Amino acid sequence: MNTNVTIAGVTFQNPVMTASGTFASGLEYSEFVDLNRLGAVVTKGVASVPWPGNPTPRVAETYGGMLNAIGLQNPGVDVFLERDLPYLKQFDTRVIVNVCGHSLEEYLDVVNKLADADVDMLEINVSCPNVREGGIAFGQDPKALFTVTEAVKKAAAQPVIMKLSPNVTDIKEMARAAEEAGADAISLINTFTAMKIDIDKRRFVLANKTGGLSGPAIKPIAVRMVYEAAHAVKIPVIGMGGIATAEDAIEFIMAGATAVAVGAMNFHDPAVTIKVAEGIEAFMQSRNIPDLDSIRGCV
Amino acid sequence: MTKEMQTANVIRQECIADGIYSMWIATSIANTAVPGQFISVYINDASKLLPRPISICETGEDRLRIVYRIAGEGTRQLASYHSGDPVTILGPLGNGFPLSDEDAILIGGGIGIPPMLSLAKALTGKKEIVLGYRSELFLQDELASCGNVSVATEDGSSGTSGTVMDVLQTGTVSGKVIYACGPLPMLRAVKQYALDHNIPAWISMEERMACGIGACLGCVCASTEQDPHSLVFNKRVCKDGPVFNAKEVDLT
Ligand SMILES: Cc1cc2nc3c(=O)[nH]c(=O)nc-3n(C[C@H](O)[C@H](O)[C@H](O)COP(=O)(O)OP(=O)(O)OC[C@H]3O[C@@H](n4cnc5c(N)ncnc54)[C@H](O)[C@@H]3O)c2cc1C
Ligand SMILES: Cc1cc2nc3c(=O)[nH]c(=O)nc-3n(C[C@H](O)[C@H](O)[C@H](O)COP(=O)(O)O)c2cc1C
Ligand code: FES
Repeated sequence: MNTNVTIAGVTFQNPVMTASGTFASGLEYSEFVDLNRLGAVVTKGVASVPWPGNPTPRVAETYGGMLNAIGLQNPGVDVFLERDLPYLKQFDTRVIVNVCGHSLEEYLDVVNKLADADVDMLEINVSCPNVREGGIAFGQDPKALFTVTEAVKKAAAQPVIMKLSPNVTDIKEMARAAEEAGADAISLINTFTAMKIDIDKRRFVLANKTGGLSGPAIKPIAVRMVYEAAHAVKIPVIGMGGIATAEDAIEFIMAGATAVAVGAMNFHDPAVTIKVAEGIEAFMQSRNIPDLDSIRGCV
Repeated sequence: MTKEMQTANVIRQECIADGIYSMWIATSIANTAVPGQFISVYINDASKLLPRPISICETGEDRLRIVYRIAGEGTRQLASYHSGDPVTILGPLGNGFPLSDEDAILIGGGIGIPPMLSLAKALTGKKEIVLGYRSELFLQDELASCGNVSVATEDGSSGTSGTVMDVLQTGTVSGKVIYACGPLPMLRAVKQYALDHNIPAWISMEERMACGIGACLGCVCASTEQDPHSLVFNKRVCKDGPVFNAKEVDLT
């Protein structure tokens, strides 16, 4: 039995990754999870300079999910390279750096600074709905997505994953734009723009008014979008959105995903990523599935 | 890999005031916890994703106590647990209060009172303990066995009428270090009092949390200086706190 998956020539020991922004750069979760057993750690979004993020409250629970409006707080690429990346490189896992920016220049600044770094892949966040200028224009307009993908691909030393926003009418069109511009893979879904109101205080719960919805509440929509995207393009798809169990992950793989990422459920169980990875292995064993290729996109 | 979420058992639970519950839990977390730290309590219901942060009120060997107010559905469910019921928890989390042997003023407001009990038991110096309630008192007898307790109630039903600040303004309480936990307006006033009297103050902050372990950046508070971890002017309440030197945090 073989749980390996390969994306753009990079082989992962299993298909389970961490979803960007839910796992920082691994340090905090390393107390709960053996990082050596993850397919990859996908870092929190990294920008060209430190970003302070949004005012609080930044998070709110909703039925079977949560809203976040962190506002992409991060210490910037220089500290990432000095402090966070060397920490992660101690482990036998792949490192995917999630990149965010307010403009094409900012994305390219980060991508250029990462060119000499020992990083396996880049994931470009063009879809974070939190910051007014946080890439929303790129992620919601196929032409802008094409432009940023093409420019990033030209500058990048590593294979490029474009992370798509679900806040679009037709996800297939966005997936194709990324593929045509040369993306090596796509990942989806990022969070849905959402809102929660405190009816006693008659106020928005989040200081930012809106936040991104994630967690099990969004899973069925995520599975549908991954299915549509995977059937629209030939490049590999990394699926995410509400994954809590190995069974959830297998749904995404059967919908066509090559790998999967676990996000908000890390907050419900800090060891969930390992449980998902072990559960996939147990599922394969119990059903005599030799490798994940034999079930990928089987529906 | 050194920590894990654990399913512990409730030893006993009782209602100690209107809507306020005291629960003892059998757990090894107690053996390493220090005053001011908290635990994450996971609600046994997948529709409630996020852990509830609750301060450690008191510890014994292999057991700890939490005292909490029913604030919503999660704490309501917690209040229904009986002896022997499983409760999923993670901890100890956060930093805790730095202990001093100098004369101390402990200030607790409302549901900020519980962590003051373990602190009062750990501090070796003379203690003035100022407690603020809306109306009904809780934990005041237990705290009275650790130091001199003064009470304020908003409705004037016991002690000074008003808040903990009204007790402090009477000038009857003094000390060389302040420890405080309570609502933000109280912490703001305590910080000002500490600055005016030129004494150090350690305050325990509250913020909405998601991970509870320092990874998601959901729970930050504004800091007066650039934080070395984030490189911006904020700190994580769950990891860098919940206890901060009042001078470190910007409460405006
Ligand atoms: C460090 C820390 C220590 C705390 N210690 C205590 C304690 O000892 N005793 C006590 O009664 N309460 C304490 N609280 C507050 C307690 O966490 C909330 O009352 C509780 O989470 C409410 O959960 P709920 O499901 O009943 O309410 P709901 O409103 O249904 O909760 C919905 C969501 O909001 C969050 N939330 C709601 N109110 C708060 C709040 N005030 N602070 C943080 N998150 C909140 C919940 O965790 C949950 O994610 C503490 C909070 C923090 C941050
Ligand atoms: C607290 C939080 C922070 C996030 N930060 C980022 C980020 O920095 N970059 C990014 O591309 N996605 C970010 N996301 C989106 C997740 O990576 C993921 O796409 C989304 O949450 C759906 O997966 P889930 O339902 O498993 O959480 C964040 C999500 C959460 C909950
Ligand atoms: S709750 Fe996630 S960083 Fe504090």
